[in-house]
Amino acid sequence: MEKISEATPGDQAQSRRGFGYAVIYALGSLIGAALAIPAALYLLLPPKTRKQQPWVEAGDLSQLQPGAPQEMTFRRIHADGWKIYSEKGTAWVVKKADGKILAFSPVCTHLGCAYHWDADKSDFLCPCHGSVFALDGTVLSGPAPRPLDRFEIKVENARLWLGPVHQAGETSS
Amino acid sequence: MREIKRRVFAWFDHRTGLESGIRNFLYEEIPGSSGWHQVLGSVAIFLFLVQAFTGILLAFNYAPTPGDAYNSLKYIITEVTGGRLIHGLHHWGASMMIVVVVFHMTQVFLFGAYKKPREATWMVGVVSLLLTLAYGLTGYLLPWDNRAYWGTVVTTQIAGQVPLLGSYLQRFLGTDGSIGVVTFARFYALHVLILPPLTTFLIIFHVHLVRKHGVAPTPGDTGPTKKFFPEQMLKDVIAIFTAFVILYLMALFVAVPLERLADPTDLTYVPRPDWYFLFLFQTLKFFKGSLEPIGSVLLPSLGVLALFLTPFVDREKVMRLTQRTTALGVVALAAIGWGALTLAALRTTPAAPEQQASNLQQAADWNQFSPQEVAGLGYYRQEKCQACHNLTDGPPKVGPNLATAREHKNAAWMIKHFKNPNQVVPGSNMPPILLSDAKLNALAAFLLKLSPENADATASVPDDLVHGAQLYEAQGCGNCHMVNGAGAKLGPPLNGLSQRRTQQWVQQHFANPAALSPGSIMPPSQFSPADMQAIVNYLFSLPAA
Repeated sequence: MEKISEATPGDQAQSRRGFGYAVIYALGSLIGAALAIPAALYLLLPPKTRKQQPWVEAGDLSQLQPGAPQEMTFRRIHADGWKIYSEKGTAWVVKKADGKILAFSPVCTHLGCAYHWDADKSDFLCPCHGSVFALDGTVLSGPAPRPLDRFEIKVENARLWLGPVHQAGETSS
Repeated sequence: MREIKRRVFAWFDHRTGLESGIRNFLYEEIPGSSGWHQVLGSVAIFLFLVQAFTGILLAFNYAPTPGDAYNSLKYIITEVTGGRLIHGLHHWGASMMIVVVVFHMTQVFLFGAYKKPREATWMVGVVSLLLTLAYGLTGYLLPWDNRAYWGTVVTTQIAGQVPLLGSYLQRFLGTDGSIGVVTFARFYALHVLILPPLTTFLIIFHVHLVRKHGVAPTPGDTGPTKKFFPEQMLKDVIAIFTAFVILYLMALFVAVPLERLADPTDLTYVPRPDWYFLFLFQTLKFFKGSLEPIGSVLLPSLGVLALFLTPFVDREKVMRLTQRTTALGVVALAAIGWGALTLAALRTTPAAPEQQASNLQQAADWNQFSPQEVAGLGYYRQEKCQACHNLTDGPPKVGPNLATAREHKNAAWMIKHFKNPNQVVPGSNMPPILLSDAKLNALAAFLLKLSPENADATASVPDDLVHGAQLYEAQGCGNCHMVNGAGAKLGPPLNGLSQRRTQQWVQQHFANPAALSPGSIMPPSQFSPADMQAIVNYLFSLPAA
């Protein structure tokens, strides 16, 4: 009883004011969070990946000779945001002496230049900074930091199918 | 600690004046009678900020050109995380903005708060209302679906009816003749470059005027004033929060209409403006022929003029709300008029076109297709069209989805396109289809029959039935027989054959018609056993009429 009688109108106004502050801050923060969180997700999360074409047919392997790489071109579908393109792709396809097939991504692992096959020296030469790769993609000399990247491949009826590109040594998932 | 904080604040305030500015703003003296009826202005400003925020976010994933606009919006809605929510907030926020602004205006009108010395505040408000409507008009085109396209066709035609200035106005909007890339660029520029800074300026000016003259007291309020913060601000924040919750729920649960890609050749589309323009749309119907500009231009202009001049027409002293019978009458009449016109417009609005289409096509399962159409499906498969085209949803392919692409839907165009794709569609990578004209006709017939509703079913047609239909076509069976309404009635219709005959009978009949049907003029046909089975299977798959 004593306590209540001690409360002055000023105290009541004070606590009402404190409550007002709390509600303003709480509702304001709720609105802010409800807008900021979706906005952050919208800008930072990768968009839902569309089902990409998993395998593309690159060509006929029956003409491929061991030790003589062949540049195969194919068309593949490339989704870029809301656009879908059909673009030309190339791969350097190698048949090793034991008959094993390798397909390399056509760009140098150094800075992305297109390399070519030097038939005289039997190696891949990048004209930009002189990286040299062996038939199996390993680096022979030059600044390239790692062997040539490889396509995942499968062969059906002597036709070559290409999958995603992996760095050499990476386990294909 | 507290001392440091105080000193930091003091330093900032001394250098910037920000703190005392905010303090000054928050502790503004307002009339003791201020209350819930005065929260709408704050809600409107809040909604404007939400529109600006969500609009900027949309622009991060939006390509402002016809065609791409539609695709990128679809990308936002279906593929970007939170995209559907952001787009929903922007779409429904626009509608909510109109509601709140109109209610704000009605409140000010009823309380007579536009009277001396607040005439300018009111007039700036009227301009802001017009800007809000301009957002609606320009934003309407930006999704570039059928609704956007055809709605804007009507808008720009009306702009052309403005006396003297009409053609200039149309040229300014980039619609000299038709709606295209220029129109789109103009609408986009107005929507995102012109209107937002203009609105920002007007809002600041409007708030400045409110502060200059003080919040209008309720008539008869001569009591002591109070501070804006925290009591009135708490009311404002609660109102803002309520509006926000409603908007958020709408964005989450009410789907925003996105129709088919704009199709200027779709002559069946019935355009309707957004709901808040329906009353103008309905007004237009009362004026025919040369009188039309009265409804489309003159009346709306007079309406705006009346709003503008309100403070100068009504110069009486401020009165209590209950004594303002004229003002109450005006509001009531306006509400009834608006409601009746909108209702009338809604009653004449056809059901959503998508829905209509699906009702129409529901029966179009593949076994309702004509033999020519089924044969066309065979050529579609034979030519491997599916390598580049989808009929249903699936991984994206180079060519358009043929079940949803509705442009150029006529056989002549298609056949020309099949023979020389690049000439008809510049830049097309599609190889020419080297088939006889009859087969191309069948292919075109099949594609014309396709719709999103029956596309799924076409995948399930067994190959031998398709082959049977191709044989049926090659043999010219349709010259005498009718299947699914296509063909002639010289011989008996073949629907429901499976209920009348056995497979064996039909096979023997093919070999020697006259033996089984005396007097038949049908020529005997020689088929390989596989072909025989295919055509019989096809005929037996036909529904009973």
